[in-house]
Parts: sequence; C-alpha cells; structure tokens
Amino acid sequence: MSSPHDLNIDHVANLARIALTAEEKAKFSTQIEDVLRHIVKLKEVDVSKVEPTAHAFPIYNVWAADVPAPALPVEQALKNAPAQRDHMISVPPVVE
Amino acid sequence: MSNELFFKTATELASLLEAKKVSSTELMQAVVARTKAVDPKIKAFNSYDEADALAQARAADERRARGTSLGVLDGIPVGMKDVIAVNGQPLTASSKMLANFVSPYDSTVTVKLKQAGAIPWGRLNLDEFAMGSSTENSAFHTTSNPYDLDRVAGGSSGGSAASVAAGETIVSLGSDTGGSIRQPAALCNVVGLKPTYGLVSRYGLIAFASSLDQIGPFARSVPDAAALLQAIVGQDPKDSTSVQTDVPNYVAELEKRKGPWRLGIPKEYFSDGLDPEVGAAVQAAIDFYRKQGCEIKEVSLPHTEYGVGVYYIIATAECSSNLARYDGIRYGHRAEGAKDIVDLYFKSRAEGFGPETKRRVILGTYVLSSGYYDAYYLRAQKVRTLIRQDFLNAYRDVDAILTPTSPTPAFKKGEKAANPLAMYLSDIYTIGVNLAGLPGMSIPCGFSKTGLPIGLQIIGQPFKEAEMLAIARAYERAHDWSARHPQL
Repeated sequence: MSSPHDLNIDHVANLARIALTAEEKAKFSTQIEDVLRHIVKLKEVDVSKVEPTAHAFPIYNVWAADVPAPALPVEQALKNAPAQRDHMISVPPVVE
Repeated sequence: MSNELFFKTATELASLLEAKKVSSTELMQAVVARTKAVDPKIKAFNSYDEADALAQARAADERRARGTSLGVLDGIPVGMKDVIAVNGQPLTASSKMLANFVSPYDSTVTVKLKQAGAIPWGRLNLDEFAMGSSTENSAFHTTSNPYDLDRVAGGSSGGSAASVAAGETIVSLGSDTGGSIRQPAALCNVVGLKPTYGLVSRYGLIAFASSLDQIGPFARSVPDAAALLQAIVGQDPKDSTSVQTDVPNYVAELEKRKGPWRLGIPKEYFSDGLDPEVGAAVQAAIDFYRKQGCEIKEVSLPHTEYGVGVYYIIATAECSSNLARYDGIRYGHRAEGAKDIVDLYFKSRAEGFGPETKRRVILGTYVLSSGYYDAYYLRAQKVRTLIRQDFLNAYRDVDAILTPTSPTPAFKKGEKAANPLAMYLSDIYTIGVNLAGLPGMSIPCGFSKTGLPIGLQIIGQPFKEAEMLAIARAYERAHDWSARHPQL
C-alpha cells in the first residue's frame, strides 16, 4: 500500500468535482492523512488467498420483467428541478 | 406503565386504542404537544407536518370505529429519519444540498407503514447524508441528548433516537450504515435494531453506502421494535438487494423462545478504550444471562482491529459514487453564476455539501482512483471477507454475540467534532455488523454514575432477528431501564 503522502488534494477534488478553498485543502489533507495512516494497518493482513466481498450475501443477476408500468408524471418528476422550461431541465451551456 | 400517553409503548397504546380508552387523535395531539414543549431543547426534528399527522390520526380513528382497524400500528406515530422518502414531505438528509427538496414518492417502508395504518411523523435530524456519530454534521442543528442537553444524542440517527427517548414520538425509523441506529439508541436509552442486510427494502432511502445501509426501528421496548420491524420487512422488486426469506411473527416468537442460549463474548471488544462504567454494565448483563442458564463462551473476532479501516474505505468509496448524483442539474442545490456546466458541478457541490460530506467524498474518490484501487478498495473488500468469516466461525459455537454498543456513554458536543478519526473510532463495536451484513441491536443496560445511558449490543445470525429479539426480551423482562425517562 502506498504512502498516505501520495494524496494530491487538488487532483482528487478535481475528480470529485468539488471546488475547495485553500483553507479546506489544508485542513482536509491533514485530516484525511490521519485516516489513511490508520488505514495503512490493513497492509498487515495476508489477503493473498482471499476473495473480495462486495455484498454480504451473494445475489446475482436480479432481473425484472420488461413491462411498461405507471411512472411519475413529468410535473412531479421535475418538481425539484432548479430550473426548467417546457418540461425540460435547463442548464448552462455545455459546449461553446 | 407511564401515565403520559407519549411515554407509553405502541403495544400498550394498541390495547388502549382497541378498548376505545383513547383515540389516535388524542394520542397524536399528546405527541404534538410534547414535541412543541420539548423539541426547542432537543432539536430532534428538522420539520413536522402537524395537520397531516392529525388528519391521518382521524382516519385511523374512523377505521377503528368502522371495525376495519389495520392492526397494532394503526394510528401510532412513527418518526421518520430525514433520509426516508415520504410523498409530499421534505427530504433533506440534513444537507443544504436538499434543503428545499420535497419527495415526489413514498419509500417502500413508508408504503408499508401506511398499509399498517401507522402515521409517518416528522422529519428527524441526522448527520448530513447519515455520515457521522453525533448529528453535529447536520447542516441545520445538533440534536441534544435528552439525558444531558450538553451532550450528543449519537448519530447518525440522533433525531430518531432522541425523539423516542423524549416522548416526541412513540417509535421511529432510522438507517444504519456503520452503527447509526445502534449507537444513538445506546446513548439515548432506547432499543434500536439494524436488520440483516437485505431484510428491509432500501427503495426510497437516500443512499450513503449501498452495500451497508439498512433501515430499522427505534422503540422504548423490544416488543415495539419487533412490531415495527414486522411492518417493514420483505423482499421488494424495487430493491434488487432485498432478499426473499421466510418472515416469522416476531412479536409472537418473543414469548415462545425462552432459551437458554449460547452467547459469545468477543474478547477483542473488551480491550483498551472501553469506558469502565460501560464495561461494568455490559458485564452485569452478561452475568444476568449466565444466571438464566445461558452458556457464556469467549469467542474471537481476530480481524476486529481492521474494521474501522475497512469501513472507511468501503463506505467512503460507495458514498463518493452515490453522491455523484448531486450535481446541481436535476434536483438539489444549484449555484448561481456558474460559467459553464462543469463549473456548475464544482460550485454547486462546494456550496451544497458540508465539511464531513466533502471529506468523505474526497477520501472515497481517492481510494477508488487510478493507481490506488487495488491497494485500498480491493484490499478492503478482501479484509471484509475475513471480518465476515470471523463472525460465521464464531456462530458455529454460539447463537448470538454480546458486546458493548458504544465504547463510551454520550460525549460532549464539540468534543470530537474537530477530529474525524476520533469520531470514526467511536463506531468500533458497531461497524463489523454492517461489514458482515448481520442483524444487530442495542438495548438499554444501565446508566453511568452521572446518569448517562449505556447500551448492550446483541449481534444475531443472518436473518435470525426472531432469536436476537427474544434474547433482548429475556433481559428486558427482568430490567426496567426503559422506564427511566429523561427529566425535561
């Protein structure tokens, strides 16, 4: 496992699409590195012959019948949209 | 039995309602009045809709008058953690991101409660997006512990626990990802139960860490928790991780199952960091079971010390993925003055999320990012397998496991707020249950010298909630900690 000091807060905040202030960057870096130092303990465990667990109980390929069913009316579905026009969500320009 | 309606159990109230000694309207009025009187101190609620609750109470009374009562929960208020969708009611996750969100649909548990005649009551405070152990991460306010207003109620379901303890509702629902039902239940002297992963549908629960989240009940008695659990369980086509399983009658099973049980005591849960008063109260509970003829066996869960590390990789990874949906586009907070759509994401998320949410999304993004995935996320999933295996090995010798729920009683507000790692370590006894997908519950087992509640955790085998509840009930029959209400 790599050293916690590999944490590049600018890179990760960019991936997470969160704008951070300089103060937040400094604070979160220190706090997250504390947590990572604790997490480094996992390196002690021999996991060479262990399968990963994604869910506690194995459930595979849950299928639903592909049949139309009533859904939310458009007005209801858009009720919480920050901005809308003609039954569509309006957003700032995506391409120049 | 308490004289005040709002401190009676659902089971007591069901007989009073049935005998027409009290109406659901009177009960709801008493709960509303109590909430108005004490919630300015407790701050368990983000909001409540008095008119809607009273209208539902009248409907319950009309059903009873017609002889078409829907059962024991008909007309009983059930407080709702503000991450569980109720059609037409706010759904905020105690986040600025969703401060103005109104749910356009019911969660599956809400549908089931309504089918049972129960009254979804209020929106209960939590740590933002259920991330925390104290409700101090709520964007709105911190819930106070009813037994000491300077202390936290626990979290993340602090509002759900405090409202039940303070008589602001009869029972409530919360959600538990790493202890968020059991820890606040322990800190507030109430019963809290996290079901086996997959027993209860998560449809309509705001997602935090989807492989760990479960909805479960809070109550002032074990039979009430059993009755509320009964109402919400069941496989649901809308949640593909919910499981088809035979569901017994939990309430009836409480009286049928008398033990004696083989109970495991994991030595790793009684080491450094356990408050001596908590340790003594839990030891007294263990001694009680021994005197009842139960076989008490030491068991080992050798990977316990890795639980917090595994949890904070898996939970933050899943949270970073789940919270990607809050982008300011379709719903939730949208920042003003963004120059383009990517800028809108950055600014909306910066403004909408609080510090702990940002921290966890960033940590989760990091552990999933290119070059780190194998070292963190994949390794954590493998250690998760070992943690689960520890429990399954222990269950070859025992029926259930007894531990403290929380290493300490309620801590002071602000005490751990500046140190996320210290806060994370307060979940050390509850996290393993989520990682292993097991059922777990906390029941009151005493008070510290300063009057702070202490909880006993009972960890059951997968889908054996009936056994776990019966073990809890055996203790509860002989102890009346729940009768000690807070002085408010």
